[in-house]
Amino acid sequence: MARRIKIPATKYPVERFTLANGLRVVLTPDRSAPVVGVAVVYDVGIRSEPEGRTGFAHLFEHLMFQGSENLEKLAHFRHVQGAGGTFNGSTHLDYTDYFEVLPSGALERALFLEADRMRGPRLTEENLLNQIDVVKEEIRVNVLNRPYGGFPWLRLPPVMFSTFPNAHDGYGSFGDLDSATVEDAQAFFDRYYACGNATLAVAGDFDVATATEMIHRHFGDVPARPAPALPDFHEPDLTSEKRDVYTDKLAPLPGVASAWRVPDPIGDFENYLPFVVLAEVLTDGDASRLVERLVQRDRTVTSIGGYIGFMGDEFQVRNPTAMLLQAHMPPGGDAEKVLRTVDEEMDRLAADGLKPGELERVQARIATHLLRDTDAVLGRALPMAVLELQRGRPEMLNELPKLVGEVTEAQIVAAAATLRPERRATVEVIPGAAA
Amino acid sequence: MSTKTLPDLIPDAKLKLPKQAERTLAGGLTVIAIRRTSVPLVELRLRVPFGKAPLARATLLPQALFTGTGTMSSIDIAAELQAVGGGLSAGLDPDRLVVSGNSLASGLDRMLEILAAVLTDPAYPNEEVATERDRLVDHIQVALTQPSHLARTALLKRMFGKHPYAVQTPEPEQVRAVRPAQLRTLHAERVRPEGAVLVLVGDLNPEKAIDAAEKALGSWTGPAKTVEMPPTPPLEPGALLLVDRPGAVQSSLRMALPAVERTDPDYAALQIANLIFGGYFSSRWVENMREDKGYTYGPHTAIEHYLAGSTLTVSAEVATEVTGPSLLETLYELGRIASLPPAEDELEQARRYALGTLRLGMSTQGGLASLASMYANFGLRLDHLPQYSAALATVTREQVADAAARFLAPTRAVTVVLGDAEKVQGPLSALTAVERSAE
Repeated sequence: MARRIKIPATKYPVERFTLANGLRVVLTPDRSAPVVGVAVVYDVGIRSEPEGRTGFAHLFEHLMFQGSENLEKLAHFRHVQGAGGTFNGSTHLDYTDYFEVLPSGALERALFLEADRMRGPRLTEENLLNQIDVVKEEIRVNVLNRPYGGFPWLRLPPVMFSTFPNAHDGYGSFGDLDSATVEDAQAFFDRYYACGNATLAVAGDFDVATATEMIHRHFGDVPARPAPALPDFHEPDLTSEKRDVYTDKLAPLPGVASAWRVPDPIGDFENYLPFVVLAEVLTDGDASRLVERLVQRDRTVTSIGGYIGFMGDEFQVRNPTAMLLQAHMPPGGDAEKVLRTVDEEMDRLAADGLKPGELERVQARIATHLLRDTDAVLGRALPMAVLELQRGRPEMLNELPKLVGEVTEAQIVAAAATLRPERRATVEVIPGAAA
Repeated sequence: MSTKTLPDLIPDAKLKLPKQAERTLAGGLTVIAIRRTSVPLVELRLRVPFGKAPLARATLLPQALFTGTGTMSSIDIAAELQAVGGGLSAGLDPDRLVVSGNSLASGLDRMLEILAAVLTDPAYPNEEVATERDRLVDHIQVALTQPSHLARTALLKRMFGKHPYAVQTPEPEQVRAVRPAQLRTLHAERVRPEGAVLVLVGDLNPEKAIDAAEKALGSWTGPAKTVEMPPTPPLEPGALLLVDRPGAVQSSLRMALPAVERTDPDYAALQIANLIFGGYFSSRWVENMREDKGYTYGPHTAIEHYLAGSTLTVSAEVATEVTGPSLLETLYELGRIASLPPAEDELEQARRYALGTLRLGMSTQGGLASLASMYANFGLRLDHLPQYSAALATVTREQVADAAARFLAPTRAVTVVLGDAEKVQGPLSALTAVERSAE
């Protein structure tokens, strides 16, 4: 079992350049399938939205689809889908992305569409009110009308953090959403959606020289505006455990989630990466430590998961962030007991280290996940756009499987030793529905 | 502010199928191997005929499939798979047991060996099965509080009546009663290679991959129990079925309409009609319900294929206070597409979307594997893609209008609404006959 499989690497080529207006561009050609992925990422997310405007970064993402300089409402969707493509956008803690995947003959059209809204969306009262309604339905579907809605990604930050940027509800309160104005949206665009605050990445079936020319032609005349200063959202670590408990009236089973702060993912990557591996050592599959102990042996939880970043985006998040464990328990389950067992397992790991082959097999599985993600053009365009934005190193996508493979047992043990109860933020779900 | 014009599209190149090979092994297993070398991985899909298997046992069996073999514990299986970057999981649909997974390309042989051990030498150890049984019960308990699951359950009952497809989730009590010995018996009877299809896609040589599968799975033999699935009954439109969910802040609106199978001459026309109506974002129904009215976030429609029949389903979660108006707009858009031919530009937009997304779906190992496996489930191969593309490329406005009139007419719909009955029954009753669910 300890025989070691070689971890392979990808060699996606990476071309980088910056337009005169400050837009940073990443091209990663690959002619193996006749499709292209286009991603534009802006360096603004949930943490930057103003107080009294919770949910605004996400609402604004919706407004970026509502028409722009040369495009009526609905035109963006129709032009992408009428080219045989798909589109979406998503709002994260530290960035907001917009993307399309299309047959390769539609590349220029996608560049045109992204450039047009980079010059400015059509912000109207009517579209704003319509999208506030849509966002409320989104929140109802994902949070209010289902069991465990927002658990734990909306429930843990206010327990762990004390400043507004890190602690507030990123989906937003209905009151704040209703208060949003067209003027707010214009100010948000003016401040954060500058091309100097954005990156564009194109992946897939294209010729670099042709694409470069198209990008200059479509994005070159987007007016240059200064990027805002990058904010620092750092908070001191917890010195004693913080807890919250709430009743979910739709949930039939108890749940518990804990988070511990981890090193700065960008400034201290070397000490951060072991936590990414540790999360999998603890929870990836039946042979992982916490699944074996809590699910199989003790049967104190019915499922458990572990990951880094409240939105699971471990290589696309800035400081401060956390490692999370979340578990659902059988009826009558005891969160205290689960947490005590987690502590025990952490102690055991810190004291006894890993079993032979344990680290290698987890690293091999992480490599498969990382490589698999990059098979899709969007699985290259999106992370490369974010890696360029946050680190100036899009080629890091090629290096991740190898970097994960270089994490040592000593680093895992050291990481596990930091997951102490006194540094933990915990939220418990009390089931309010009969099982 | 200068006006800029939308760039033209460069026409698609001819659809290229990947290199592949196929062989049916002596035991009856068909193996299809497809080469896509983009990343050094292999994707695996196995479908085994499983129709009409007793539901509680059949639902637990895939959850317990990896709990042990004659020589390996569940932890051994998981660890050995991980060692080659691998992972396997199993699930059930009304026709098949489905095993899915992937590994590093260099781990293909090992992944196949482990799969073979699980298929030919399963143990279903008592302790592990009991754990999986309890977990499945917990999982079902959670599903029973999810509106999407409850609405689906009610719709399936209305669609399929007494047909085996009508109930797809067992009751917790039925699962609790399943014994490990029953899983061993069910496995021996039904987890057989005859009629099963294994698809391997990735950084592989197709012939060599099939050789590897033959070496590992050659010992998987034995006749399968023959099971005939009766054809699905025709939909019986009647009163809208209202299922009460007191206090719900949204209503789940579901409809089922008739559809045809993939190989039917009308299928391309029906797919385009479905897209124009509600099958993609730029459809009439989505633009109306979401982008004009703001009633809903993610309304969608889909054509669902089972071995014994196909159905078109319509789904939206709408705010409780606009449940009546949402039904109104839905009936309006169904009536409009069933009564009036679509505009030429609507047809072209939907046509390009259908053709383009076929290519997107083939552009990854995982996408190719799922597509090839799903096609094989219906006796089709990837060479169906160029044929189907040609049908999409040539379907006419008249054919789409004809399909819409026959399949999307609102009078043909079976309708279910899950929501706060006290608040929504009145508004719904203004539009159609409503019958309250007995539950």
